[in-house]
Amino acid sequence: MNLSGEASVWSMIGVIVLLATTGDVLIAGAMRQIGDFDVIRSHSGFKGAILAVLRNARFFFGVLCMALSFFSLLFALSWADVSLVAPASAALTFVTNAFAAKWILKENVDGRRWIAAVCVCTGVFFLSR
Amino acid sequence: MTFRRYLILGAVMVCASVGDTFLSAGMKQVGPVSLHHLLTLLVALKNPWVFSGILFLILFFAAYLTALSWADLTFVLPATGFGYVIIALLSKFWLQETISPARWIGILLITLGVGFVTQGPSYTNHTHPDPREAVAVPAGTGERTATQKNGRSA
Repeated sequence: MNLSGEASVWSMIGVIVLLATTGDVLIAGAMRQIGDFDVIRSHSGFKGAILAVLRNARFFFGVLCMALSFFSLLFALSWADVSLVAPASAALTFVTNAFAAKWILKENVDGRRWIAAVCVCTGVFFLSR
Repeated sequence: MTFRRYLILGAVMVCASVGDTFLSAGMKQVGPVSLHHLLTLLVALKNPWVFSGILFLILFFAAYLTALSWADLTFVLPATGFGYVIIALLSKFWLQETISPARWIGILLITLGVGFVTQGPSYTNHTHPDPREAVAVPAGTGERTATQKNGRSA
């Protein structure tokens, strides 16, 4: 399989974005469920905070997705420029996360955040030139 | 936002970009990885640059988790946007990669976008109980009350 084409680069970026978004949403959901680290540490200490994270199943699925995203990134970095792959995948992840945060995590994604998403999309377009 | 929380956001920005750049330097030494030889990715872990990159990404992850415990995902994630500038500078001056003017414009637009979004509040008040929070919380950790959520600073 020839992976040198531009289409292949963007396909790989798409895979990274999908896995990273799923991981981010699962981990953010887990951290919301667990609560503020500072509050937990004051009650249960540092060990208690670590245990609270490790006992959360959603966190583990999130980490699994992030790990798969990481190996996809590693794979892409072996034949593409870091100045394209890293910002493009991270920026697109920002946009997909805005949608996921609004519809899944019920975060307040207001007009300001949508405008920012447009800025990021335009930036990604220029990055690919 | 306390000074400590700014430091955590700073660690999120710096560790991610430095980690990505180290990984890139390492993978350039390892060479292209074919789909038919994916196990080469495991061998790449022995490369010092790849290993250092992973260490930085572990630090990034710790800071990222801490930040997510007191702020929205859509607030924390854009903080990494400032890392694009660091990546661009590192890849140009250290990895000798060519960055076209169009890419510089793209990087600037992305940074503007993420800078814009961070002007808003860092958290969402959920006035209605989130059913997912009804899932058992580990003993001793407690569950955030509405007061605790409202207490998170913007």
